[in-house]
Amino acid sequence: MTIRATTKGALANLSSEGDLKWLIDSVLRLGKKAGAEDTEVHVDETLDALTRFANNGIHQNVAEHGLVVSVRTELDGKTSRVSTNKLDEDSLRAAVESSLSLAQSQPRAPHLLPMPGKQRYRRVQRFVPATARVTPADRARAVRKACDLAVKEGKIAAGIFVSGQMQAAVGNSRGLFATHRQTRAEFSITMQEGAATSWAKGNAADVRNLDPQALTKRASGKAKLAADATELPPDKYTVILEPAAVLDLVGFLFYDFAATAVEDKRSCLNDRMGKLLFGKNISLADDVYHPGQLGAPFDGEGMPRERVVLVDQGVPRNLVYGRASAKRARKKATGHGFALPSEYGEAPLNLVFTGGKSSVEEMIASTDRGLLVTRLWYIREVDPYEKVMTGMTRDGLFLVENGKVTTAARNFRFNQSVLEMLRNVERMGPAVRATGEEAFEMVVPAMKINGFHFTEVTKF
Amino acid sequence: MWDLAGHSLDVAKLRGAAYADARVMHLRQRDLTTKNGEVGTLAQTESIGIGVRVLAAGAWGFASTDRLTKEEVAACAAEAVKIAKASAMAKQSEVVMALEDAYVDSWQSPFRKDPFEIPLEAQLELLLKADAEMRREKRVTLTETDLQFRKIDSWFASSIGSRIHQRKVISGCGIVATSYQGDEIQKRSYPNSFGGQHALQGYELVEEMDLVKYAPRVAQEAVALHSAAQCPRKTGTLILGGSQLGLQIHESVGHPIELDRVLGQEANFAGTSFLTLDKLNTLKYGTEIVNVVADARLEHGTGLGTFAYDDEGVPAQCTDIIKDGQFRGYLSNRETAHLIGLARSSGTMRTESWNRLPIIRMTNISLKPGTWREDDLLAYTDDGIWMDTNRSWSIDDRRYQFQFSTEIAWEIKGGKKMRMLKNPSYSGITTEFWNSCDAICSKDHWTLWGTPNCGKGQPMQTMGTGHGAAPARFRNVNMGTAFGNK
Repeated sequence: MTIRATTKGALANLSSEGDLKWLIDSVLRLGKKAGAEDTEVHVDETLDALTRFANNGIHQNVAEHGLVVSVRTELDGKTSRVSTNKLDEDSLRAAVESSLSLAQSQPRAPHLLPMPGKQRYRRVQRFVPATARVTPADRARAVRKACDLAVKEGKIAAGIFVSGQMQAAVGNSRGLFATHRQTRAEFSITMQEGAATSWAKGNAADVRNLDPQALTKRASGKAKLAADATELPPDKYTVILEPAAVLDLVGFLFYDFAATAVEDKRSCLNDRMGKLLFGKNISLADDVYHPGQLGAPFDGEGMPRERVVLVDQGVPRNLVYGRASAKRARKKATGHGFALPSEYGEAPLNLVFTGGKSSVEEMIASTDRGLLVTRLWYIREVDPYEKVMTGMTRDGLFLVENGKVTTAARNFRFNQSVLEMLRNVERMGPAVRATGEEAFEMVVPAMKINGFHFTEVTKF
Repeated sequence: MWDLAGHSLDVAKLRGAAYADARVMHLRQRDLTTKNGEVGTLAQTESIGIGVRVLAAGAWGFASTDRLTKEEVAACAAEAVKIAKASAMAKQSEVVMALEDAYVDSWQSPFRKDPFEIPLEAQLELLLKADAEMRREKRVTLTETDLQFRKIDSWFASSIGSRIHQRKVISGCGIVATSYQGDEIQKRSYPNSFGGQHALQGYELVEEMDLVKYAPRVAQEAVALHSAAQCPRKTGTLILGGSQLGLQIHESVGHPIELDRVLGQEANFAGTSFLTLDKLNTLKYGTEIVNVVADARLEHGTGLGTFAYDDEGVPAQCTDIIKDGQFRGYLSNRETAHLIGLARSSGTMRTESWNRLPIIRMTNISLKPGTWREDDLLAYTDDGIWMDTNRSWSIDDRRYQFQFSTEIAWEIKGGKKMRMLKNPSYSGITTEFWNSCDAICSKDHWTLWGTPNCGKGQPMQTMGTGHGAAPARFRNVNMGTAFGNK
C-alpha cells in the first residue's frame, strides 16, 4: 500500500491529491473491516528545508520529508487516535486496530459526537510553485549576500532562510473529505555590531514577496543605532511596539477565545464577555481567508472555518467553537476545533486586528518621551486572569525624545497586563502580516501604547 | 536498520562526503489525560525514519526521510551532500572535528515495568481516581491529570565505524487543580508543574509518585491560595524548593554553558550567552558551596539527560561546570571542543527525532547536594520566603536577568514555616543570584527533576533535560516584583 510521493527524486514533490484520497479511502476501508462504527483519517505531509547561518557563514543546512497518517476510530461512544508514518498495509491495519483497542479501554465519552458528513469549503490558494522550487543553492546565494553585507559593514550576521511546502488532508467514513496545501518562505536575520544587535524577519507563501536583502539592510541599519545603549530606570513608559512585538504579546490571548477555555474557567474572558474590556479602538477577528493569512480552510474534524468577530470596538463579542463545545453551548460550530480527542477543544489560529493609519514614524514624531521596541523575548504568563505577561525587550530598544529617536536603551523586563495594554493604545498603524518567535503569524498593526510597565533592567 | 544506515554512509562517501553519520530512529509515544473526571486525550504515535548528516567541501549538510527503502535512503544521503556543497558557498571556515573512537555497542536504559505493557484500563483508572480525589474539593473549578510514555530506539552509524544501538524508556506523570474565584485563577500541581515529573524510567515512576495520595492536598492548596496573603515586594532571604531550583539551574546555568550559544550560533533565535570564552576558569559564578556538573552517565541517575552515547557517537561523561563556585566548563561537541582547548567533545549532541540535526544540548545539569538537613535550613532562617513549584519563567537572551514566579510560597518567621503566600515571584541577575547562595540541602533531599519541554534550534527541537537539586537558600533576593500591581 506504500504510496509514492515523488516524481523527481525523494525530496522534490508532495504527494498528489489523488494519492492522498486513495490512502485515506484505503484506511477507511481498514477501519470498516476492523469493526469501527466510524473512522477518520488525517494525512499530513511536509517537505521543509532550512538554511541557518551565524558568524557570517552557513553552519547548519537541513531538509526533511515526512508523511504521517493519523487514524481516529469511534465505537460505542468511545474514541482514540493513533498516528504512524509507516505506510505499508500491515502497519496501517495495526494503527486502526490499536485505535480501536485504545478506545475500548476507556469509559464512554459523554460529549463525543458522531463524525460530521460531507462539507463545503471556500477555496484558498496558498501554494506557490516558485517557493516549492527554491533550492539549497538559492538559499545559500541569498545568505551569502546577507553575510557579504555584514562583513562589508563590520557586522556579524546570523539567521535562517526557510523554504517549504506542506499539505494536510482529512477524510472520514461519513463522506467528509478536505485537502489543503501551501508553501512558505521565511527569512530572519540578526545583525550584531559590537554588543549591539538588531533583527528583522519576513514570512510569506510566495518567496517572491520575501526580500532578504531589504531585511538585511533594515537589521543592519538598526544595529548601528543600537550601539552604546544607555541604562534607563524601570518605570511606566509610552512605547511604540513594532508589529512583531505586538504579535508576540497579543498572541498569548488567542487561547482565551476558545469556548472550552471559558467553560473550563481558565480564560481571562470568564465573566467578561459582552463587557467593555479593551479600548474602543480595538477590533479583532479570526479570519483564515484574510489575504495576510496562511492555513487550511477547515479544522481538525474537517469542519469549514468561519470568520468570527472576536472583539468589536473593545467588547469581546464571540468565542470560537468546535463541534462539542458548540453543542454544549447551543451554538453553531465555527470550524476552529482541534483534532480529536482533545481536552482543549478549539482556538482561533488566524487573528486579524483592525489597524489604524499612523505610521511608526508618525508615532515617533508624536512622542515626547517613550521607547521604540523592535522585538520581545521569552514571554510567559504571570497572571492568567489579568493576563499579565512578563518578558524582555531584545535586539533594538530605542529612547524617543521630543519626537525623535535619540539613543539606544538597555533592555528591560516588563510585567504588563495585555488587557490593560489594549486599553491604552493611543495610535495604530495599518495591520500587516507579522512574524515573531513567540506566537504564530498574525495580521497586526504597530501600536503606540501609554503606561507600559517595565520593572527591571538587564546588563546590555 | 544497520543495512540502511550503512548504505546511506556509502552513498554519502561516494558523493564526496569526508565524514557522514546516520541515525535511524523509531519513536513510540502514548499520551493519556483526563479533565474534570473524563478522559481527555488518548493517543498513540509512532514515527520512524533516517537522518543523514554529512561533511562535504568543508561544510555541513543534513537530510532526512521516512521512506526506509534503499533507493529513498540513497536519495536522502545524496541530498545531504548536495546541501553540504551549497553550505560551502557561504561557509565561514572549514569544520574541524575533535577525534573520537569508533564504538560498537548496544545499550538499554534500565526500567522495571514497561509502561507500554501496563493495561490501559489500569492507567486510566489511576488518572480518573486522582482526578476524582481532586474534585472532592468543590471549589476547584478544573482538574487535569496526565501520563506520558515514550520508547525511543536509535541506530547510530558513522563513517569512522561506530555502530551504536540505544533504547530509552521514558515516563512522566502529573496532576493539576485549578480554582477560579473572584478575579483570580490559582493552581497547584504535583509532583511538578507543566506535565509533572519525567524520568528515564518505566511505569515504576508513576507508582512512586503516588498521584492519588497527593491529589487532595493539591486541590486544597489551589483553593486556599485565594485567601492567602499576597507575596510582599521586598529584598530578602529566599528558599527554593527542589523542582523550582531545578528550573533555575536549567535557565541560568544550563543554557548559558551551551558552547554553540556562546559562539553565536544561536544568536538569531535562542540567543547568546554572557559566558564568553574569557570567563572560563576566571568567573566566580557562585559561592564556594555551589558545585554544578553536566552528567549524562547512568550513575548520576535516571534523568532525561541520561544516555550511554550522545547522538554524535561520543560516550556519556561527567563535566564540572561550576566547582567550588568557579566557572569550569561548557557543553561542547566534536566541532567546538577544540575552541576551548579540549581534545575531545564533552558528549552533549542530542536530537529530538530522525528528522532533526543533533545540536548541543543539556544532559543532566545538576547542583550537587550540600550538607543541610531541610529541618535545619528552616530552623536557621529567621525571616524569609519559601517558594515552590514553577508557574512562569523568563530570562534575557544572554541569560543575565531572570524572573520566575511559583505556584505557592510560605512566609518563614523565627525558623518556622508560617502563613501561605500567593502569587510569589523573584528576580535577579544570574551571577549575583548564585553568589548569594549560602545553604544547600543534603543528598537526602535531592531529586533529579525532569524538564521535558526544552525548546532550542531551528527547526525547533524539544528535548528532555535532567536537573538534580535539593532545596537551597539565597540572600538579598528581589521578590514580589512580577505582581507589583497587586
